[in-house]
Amino acid sequence: MRLLTHNMLSSNIKGVSNGFPLRIEVGKVVEKQVDFNADFLRNMFPKIEWKAFVDAAKTVGYAELPEEVDSSALESEEFLNKFHHALLELHLEEGALVCPETGRRFPVSKGIPNMLLHEDEV
Amino acid sequence: MKLKQLEGLLGDLQQFSDPKVELEQYPTGPHIASRMLFTAENSFGDISSKVVADFGCGCGTLGAAAALLGAEHVIGIDIDSQSLEIASLNAEDLELDINLIQCDVKNLGWRGQTVDTVVMNPPFGTRKKGADMEFLSVALKIASQAVYSLHKTSTRDHIKRAALRDFNSSSAEVLCELRFDVPQLYKFHKKKEVDIAVDLWRFVPKVNQGKGD
Ligand SMILES: C[S@@+](CC[C@H](N)C(=O)[O-])C[C@H]1O[C@@H](n2cnc3c(N)ncnc32)[C@H](O)[C@@H]1O
Repeated sequence: MRLLTHNMLSSNIKGVSNGFPLRIEVGKVVEKQVDFNADFLRNMFPKIEWKAFVDAAKTVGYAELPEEVDSSALESEEFLNKFHHALLELHLEEGALVCPETGRRFPVSKGIPNMLLHEDEV
Repeated sequence: MKLKQLEGLLGDLQQFSDPKVELEQYPTGPHIASRMLFTAENSFGDISSKVVADFGCGCGTLGAAAALLGAEHVIGIDIDSQSLEIASLNAEDLELDINLIQCDVKNLGWRGQTVDTVVMNPPFGTRKKGADMEFLSVALKIASQAVYSLHKTSTRDHIKRAALRDFNSSSAEVLCELRFDVPQLYKFHKKKEVDIAVDLWRFVPKVNQGKGD
């Protein structure tokens, strides 16, 4: 699971008012190379919750992203390369996503998070 | 990629080994799947460089087709872990990077409209009434650009009304009518249900209007 996917998901357990961002528990992280697409990165940038993204990247071991940015950063090739790498190439392969309010764990196995809710959580 | 080439690649994918009746597990055949995604890309520009979600992805046919046509980020969601395992192998075989999530489509939590396009072949709701409408309702909340979906032709008026009136859709258009081979996987299938008329729809979510992205 890419960090982009992590940035799009939130915990949807009944009664939880702010399920974003899910905390990441790392078992194993893998890297997969992806072709660079600057236009995609520029389109995606305004839709990313930056703080959650930087924190997620740090959690999986990548600390190269700036804590704060605005869209002028998109002019910089160096920035785009880092953004690309963190957004698309780093994968949580084993571990868990954890609801920030309730602490409920959603296990991630073979890259696939199990977000199924129990009956009393719907 | 040429249509024939896409169809060929999809034809080689592994499909449900042990289909579950209650989840309406049958694959979209390569003929229909390739045309569905090819139209989305070539007539509307809704696939390449986009974030695409495949709702009820099963063994991943539609998501794989999106990735083959240049989608930048593909998310496949299914409730069934066995199907997702097959989808994962299929993606690996084609060297595609597809993010799979196990969840009930109607219960997954999303942070806003980060998906551009949803593609899906939802359960028709023959086993669980209203399943197709649940999928459509969620898809139109999540997508910012378009939703492509297959529904039984017999439900055309109902779908159109619900999409426009209840589900936040600014347009709902049948792109073509298809014959869908639902293979006789299940004993209860009567002969007449083996080949059914299905519409390929394109819905545009309303919120997108005027937002300018
Ligand atoms: C008609 S099949 C389509 C499979 C695949 N998308 C394809 O085109 O070949 C419907 C799929 O939806 C899945 N499904 C059924 N109900 C679901 C739900 N509530 N949430 C998520 N997936 C569901 C089934 O497991 C099945 O894989």
